Amino acid sequence: MIAIVDYHAGNLTSVKYAFDALGVDTVVSSDPAVISAAEKVVFPGVGAAGSAMASLGELGLVDVVREAAARKPFLGICLGMQILFSRTEEDGGVDCLGVLPARVRRFPAVPGFKVPQIGWNDVETPECRRFYYFVHSYYVEMNDFAVGTTEYAGVKFASMVRCGKLLACQFHPEKSGRAGLELLKGWVEEC
Amino acid sequence: MLTKRVIPCLDVRKGRVTKGVKFQNNIDLGDPVEMALAYSEGGADELVFYDITASAERRPIDIGMVEAVARAIRIPFAVGGGISKLADMERVILAGAEKVSVNSLAVKNPSIIAEGAEAFGRQCIVLGMDPVKSERCPSGYEITTRGFREFTGMDAVEWAKRAADLGAGEIVVNSVDADGTRAGFEKVVTRMIAEAVDVPVVASGGAGRPEHFPEVFEATGCDAAIVAGMIHSGEYTIAQIKAAMSSAGVPTRLCD
Repeated sequence: MIAIVDYHAGNLTSVKYAFDALGVDTVVSSDPAVISAAEKVVFPGVGAAGSAMASLGELGLVDVVREAAARKPFLGICLGMQILFSRTEEDGGVDCLGVLPARVRRFPAVPGFKVPQIGWNDVETPECRRFYYFVHSYYVEMNDFAVGTTEYAGVKFASMVRCGKLLACQFHPEKSGRAGLELLKGWVEEC
Repeated sequence: MLTKRVIPCLDVRKGRVTKGVKFQNNIDLGDPVEMALAYSEGGADELVFYDITASAERRPIDIGMVEAVARAIRIPFAVGGGISKLADMERVILAGAEKVSVNSLAVKNPSIIAEGAEAFGRQCIVLGMDPVKSERCPSGYEITTRGFREFTGMDAVEWAKRAADLGAGEIVVNSVDADGTRAGFEKVVTRMIAEAVDVPVVASGGAGRPEHFPEVFEATGCDAAIVAGMIHSGEYTIAQIKAAMSSAGVPTRLCD
């Protein structure tokens, strides 16, 4: 069973619908027991890092999510990718889950580049270049786990990372058309 | 590279997509879910739905339609029309829409922009505006409301700046002068607004040929452009629009 973690960080409807479209059953849950028992875990998130971390704490999900990210097939999306890292500049600086070692920074103010980045940008992987849909003001710095990179506002950042059974992406595969569905399908099938 | 977006606009009336010129002579174009699916498969970067009769009839948005669209397509979409309070925004977002668009409501009650941005994040809140050429305003463009029926005396550029300050995450500039003409987008006020605000700006109204898209992106610096009649009629496809953009050197997501 695949659990989609609901920690009150954004709307999970489209994540659930994307898996429905693949014919894959998912359960949306805030319950630590359900997430512990799940075979695979999807960790989405939209919003601010500070309130997301606070909410994980209140729901008793911090250790459960860390554990799942370290051992299980795990998919982090957008803010759910960012807070897997050690620390973000957002909200005056917030310590995150620290599953992976890199920092999350805000895009610099560069003329001609609006922040947040909203829209379709390309992700370059060793195999190919494909477009996915992004909505974000903060990015994960380049690191050893980056398997996909994207450029915006003069910055090249880690738009997709992989570490063991963990995959995480800054973009929204659930809103990225065929490319996004193929990524989700690949993740479901490989693990 | 971040690409310029092409956004088909679907005006929905009584559960059917319609198209009229300046809100008159509406013609039935088809089922919203089927059309949404066809456009998303055909390379649309995003969609926008206006429940065009909702405001006039003082009834809320058709949530069942929003849900059906969210289940069917895998690209972002916005919904506008019929939003009268924060709870309406929430229903639309929970039904699976990425964004909600407010227009006349925000003119009457600008604080709804700030409330929406605070509750759902500014990327969810789109301000739609219908400017018309007017000598009464410093920029030369005045905001109209209620489907171009009322003049507000508000300057279009000032309103865009204020809306962005309040928390609007994106501004759709729907030119009353260009709407329905198919003679190309309005470029003057769109450019003024794109230069005045630090959020994405969407050009709307007047698209008639694929070349109009590279033209508006190059002339105004806008981030996205709306298309309606020229593809609804079957005369052109999104692929043709994207090809025109790409060959003019505009960053474009080509269909894969």
